[in-house]
Amino acid sequence: MRLQRVARFLILCLIVMSSGIAWQANAEYADVVLNQKSEKEGVRPVIFPHWFHRIRFKCKVCHAELGFKMRVGSNHISMENITAGEFCGACHNGDVAWSADECDLCHSGKPGLKTGIRGGHETMGPGIW
Amino acid sequence: MGLLCVLTLTALASNWQKLAEDGLHDPTNPALKLLQDPTESLSVLPPDSTGNKVDWIRALQNGDIKPRSNILEQLEDEILDLDVLIMAAGSAPIVRFPHKAHTEWLDCSNCHEHLFKSKAGATQFTMLDILQGEYCGTCHGAVSFPLTECNRCHSVDPDEANRIQREMATAKAEADDKQ
Ligand code: HEC
Ligand code: HEC
Ligand code: HEC
Ligand code: HEC
Ligand code: HEC
Ligand code: HEC
Repeated sequence: MRLQRVARFLILCLIVMSSGIAWQANAEYADVVLNQKSEKEGVRPVIFPHWFHRIRFKCKVCHAELGFKMRVGSNHISMENITAGEFCGACHNGDVAWSADECDLCHSGKPGLKTGIRGGHETMGPGIW
Repeated sequence: MGLLCVLTLTALASNWQKLAEDGLHDPTNPALKLLQDPTESLSVLPPDSTGNKVDWIRALQNGDIKPRSNILEQLEDEILDLDVLIMAAGSAPIVRFPHKAHTEWLDCSNCHEHLFKSKAGATQFTMLDILQGEYCGTCHGAVSFPLTECNRCHSVDPDEANRIQREMATAKAEADDKQ
């Protein structure tokens, strides 16, 4: 029984560590790529940096007050609801932060990126197992 | 000595990639130079070995960063200072879940009741669920420190856990006696 548990523990360790090795470099930890519509409609994918925003806002501002669900791709963000003051547009309105006219600051990704969360150092984030 | 300095500096510099080389940002974007490189703001915060290489909890507690709690008006945070031990962890050391570090960033509704019921032991889940991005893995491995840091969660050895549980039981019995 005990041996079995130790073995399970070691296997878990291995899985996690190998994912770290396979995913070095590339992106800052917790960067989000949003490309459900952008490239299809002729603009670069969007890159949302968590590190930059969490220096200025607690998680709950976006994930409780503004209602961003904690699952990449589940929020159906579009330019229409941004300019109407929802999601990114609750702040990127020329008041809390620069406005939605600054296309290239948000649409800054390389062509071909897939929507998802990136882990620069250790893991690929959830949803990959 | 000089060599040591150079070595330390290069080691520090390589903690964060430049945006233009991070494999994510389009280097041909004319606005790229307006965006901040992570090194600029992260290198001055308390260091950590994983994730963003920043100890976010310490950065917040030291006042190195002052993130807002609300965009409409600055409301009081609801901080809960309550540790919960999560047992049934087999041979792995017991998990201590600290509410304090979490409620300094998060709202109760980010976890309760859809991820965890507000009753110790009432939610059943395994390490595999966590590794698949459920429960603790919703945030850890995505935005908060990654799942490779086993001992930050599995931080209590079984003997100490037994002692803490006995103490909690006695305290509860005493409280009940008083009523
Ligand atoms: C400025 C707003 C903002 C702040 C602050 C913020 N987030 Fe996010 N978060 C987002 C956005 C935007 C997404 C992507 C949503 C989407 O794709 O629909 C996201 C996605 C996530 C996800 C989903 C990842 C996945 O695997 O699918 C998690 C978990 C998360 N955030 C946790 C946090 C935590 C923890 C904090 C605080 C340390 C935080 N966020 C702070 C805006 C924010
Ligand atoms: C504050 C960040 C931000 C700014 C600034 C911004 N966008 Fe977007 N944009 C987004 C996000 C997020 C999406 C949804 C991404 C996705 O899933 O493809 C989006 C989607 C789009 C789409 C896809 C279709 C749609 O309407 O949703 C187009 C086209 C677009 N943006 C064009 C623009 C143009 C043109 C500008 C400048 C006038 C601009 N964006 C400025 C964040 C931004
Ligand atoms: C809670 C408010 C808030 C929300 C919501 C928000 N941002 Fe921001 N964002 C800010 C602030 C404040 C800045 C800094 C503005 C400044 O420096 O003047 C910023 C800056 C940025 C930057 C520039 C970072 C740099 O390197 O300078 C990008 C890119 C960005 N936001 C993208 C987004 C996208 C995409 C979304 C939606 C998915 C979003 N933001 C939602 C507040 C927010
Ligand atoms: C990051 C996620 C998270 C946040 C945020 C959070 N909790 Fe919890 N809470 C938990 C977990 C995990 C447990 C333990 C569940 C278990 O043992 O099954 C718990 C347990 C509890 C319990 C039961 C304790 C016991 O001994 O039975 C209460 C009460 C509680 N939480 C209240 C709150 C309140 C109030 C807030 C907001 C101030 C809050 N929680 C915020 C994750 C969270
Ligand atoms: C974010 C916190 C966290 C991290 C990091 C973490 N664990 Fe866990 N782990 C838990 C929790 C909570 C449980 C308890 C689940 C339960 O109720 O049995 C658990 C349970 C376990 C179990 C018991 C069997 C099972 O599947 O539930 C093992 C073995 C385990 N973890 C191994 C590891 C290893 C190895 C690592 C590092 C690679 C690790 N854990 C990292 C939170 C964590
Ligand atoms: C809703 C998001 C979220 C969930 C769910 C969550 N955490 Fe966390 N956790 C955080 C954030 C944010 C921090 C702050 C540090 C960071 O971002 O790395 C943190 C920090 C911690 C710390 C470090 C505390 C310290 O003082 O150093 C521990 C331990 C921890 N979490 C354990 C857990 C365990 C165990 C679970 C599951 C029972 C869990 N967390 C679920 C977001 C979350």
